Amino acid sequence: MTAATAGFYRPRLAARRLKGRIFSSLCLLMTLSGLLVLAVLIMRIVDQGSAWLSTEFLTSYPSTIFPEKSGVLSALVGTLWVITITAVFSIPVGIAAAIYLQEYARKTRLTRLIEINIANLAGVPSVVYGMLGLALFVRLLQFDRSVLSGGLTLGLLVLPIIIIASREALLAVPDSIRQAAYGLGATRWQTVRSHVLPAALPGIMTGVILALSRAIGEAAPLLLIGATAFVAFVPENLNDPFTVLPLQIYNWTDQPSEIFRELAAAAILVLLGILLPMNALAVAIRAWQQRGKVR
Amino acid sequence: MSRFWQKSREGGIQAVLFVCALVSVLTTISIVWMLMLESWRFFEHISPLAFFFGTRWAPLLEPRSFGVLPLLCGTLLIGGGALLVAVPVGLCSAIFLSEYAGSTVRGMLKPLLEVLAGIPTVVYGFFALTFVTPYVLQPLMPQTQIFNAASAALVVGIMIIPTVASLCDDAFRAVPMSLREGAYALAATRMEVSTRVVLPASLSGVVAAVLLAFARAIGETMAVAIAAGMTPKLTLNPLASVQTMTAYIVQVSLGDTPYGSIGYQTMFAVGMTLFAVTLLFNLIAQRILAAYREAYE
Repeated sequence: MTAATAGFYRPRLAARRLKGRIFSSLCLLMTLSGLLVLAVLIMRIVDQGSAWLSTEFLTSYPSTIFPEKSGVLSALVGTLWVITITAVFSIPVGIAAAIYLQEYARKTRLTRLIEINIANLAGVPSVVYGMLGLALFVRLLQFDRSVLSGGLTLGLLVLPIIIIASREALLAVPDSIRQAAYGLGATRWQTVRSHVLPAALPGIMTGVILALSRAIGEAAPLLLIGATAFVAFVPENLNDPFTVLPLQIYNWTDQPSEIFRELAAAAILVLLGILLPMNALAVAIRAWQQRGKVR
Repeated sequence: MSRFWQKSREGGIQAVLFVCALVSVLTTISIVWMLMLESWRFFEHISPLAFFFGTRWAPLLEPRSFGVLPLLCGTLLIGGGALLVAVPVGLCSAIFLSEYAGSTVRGMLKPLLEVLAGIPTVVYGFFALTFVTPYVLQPLMPQTQIFNAASAALVVGIMIIPTVASLCDDAFRAVPMSLREGAYALAATRMEVSTRVVLPASLSGVVAAVLLAFARAIGETMAVAIAAGMTPKLTLNPLASVQTMTAYIVQVSLGDTPYGSIGYQTMFAVGMTLFAVTLLFNLIAQRILAAYREAYE
């Protein structure tokens, strides 16, 4: 280094390292702050609601007159009904659509359009799906404010999620598997059904579980199609009115008395008791799959 | 199996699969058709000028007034507030996950962070109303109202942290290793590599993540309906109660507004505005993402 340029070279290493250390702690702190909020949220709700959680709470109907005897039976069974319809509709249609787009479709303008369309549908607010359900299922097709309308509305809502996840799972299946099947004279459908689909199944499952858990937590679209919050009976067929856990929670939140807040917290515990294991299962499947890939 | 039978079966299966793929297109067409139809009826009575530029929103009570600006203002206030929470936290989390964390730590933190997105939005609304407002905001600022924009913005922001974090994380990981190695060879520290090499190189991905998160915040319904209240107001005060477009839609559907009345139609006019705004942000984000993917592949 000459004397002329020496003055320009100032590494200031200590200062830069200090700055780096502050920055990395900041990043870690921010990451943990999100988790801290999650912990506070869960602890707070356990604190408010756990006293109410009992077998009676799960097996009683809600009551405005005797809130202390209220339960979530109708909401729990309603959730089960709606989610079953959602699953029966959206899983086959979603996977079939993904198979078409990934395995059959040529890159034409039409398939390009369908792809852009699906990506955009995933970003449509859930209330808008509720308005669609109201106009299409409740009014036009006359399904009324029934479990059928609710299930189909949520089915349309989660369809893009299932399609996108299934396509990614199909894309991850190595081409050699397809070529081997074709080489043995299999048709396209035989290849897909017996080789590609089984290989993609774990990835598809992850998407399906996440989509259904999203549907279980949704309240806005069902509120829009007019699912009533206080339902003191269990739906028995597709045309019955219903309520679901998130709506029951919303309704209790709206009541002035403190006891309803505690009931809402207890119902949230029931809801999270369903959703968190589903989330964990999805994560477990994904982790198991990625371990297979590294090997 | 005869050749003919096999061929027609294959054709049949392909047709069924194609119809399933068309369901999504039909969904979009129905959404647009339904929103247009009812909004058209609305705009037959109310001039679009009065709707888009009016400053008073009182469609259900006499004297009626149909200016959507207070709803738009409430929506943007909460959407903007949510970004103030989600962008710094999400971005820092993404930097930590992709540049600092080892694979074990990352494998544990990322799913935990994603739990935040798996919590139903009614739960966030409940949390805002019964914890954030009375125990965080009101002790700090006593003039906070029970229903307020700040608590709603805060929880919506927390809710969209995983969206920002995971999209930014993807964007960072798409940056080629050679760029980082080049910077390290010039004796850059890890922070300098993160903020001056990786972040600028993936800026388009980060921008797209922020736009997508903003669209989600605007479309969020239950948390804002519970926590922000139902008072349409043209205000920038985050401690006051406001109403968002989504909360208004909920309010109409909860009341006994008769089918076909002007109140019923306003719901669709507001829904169309909401749909148009979110669609715009989603489309821009996808454009940016598509362009940036090509740049590295």
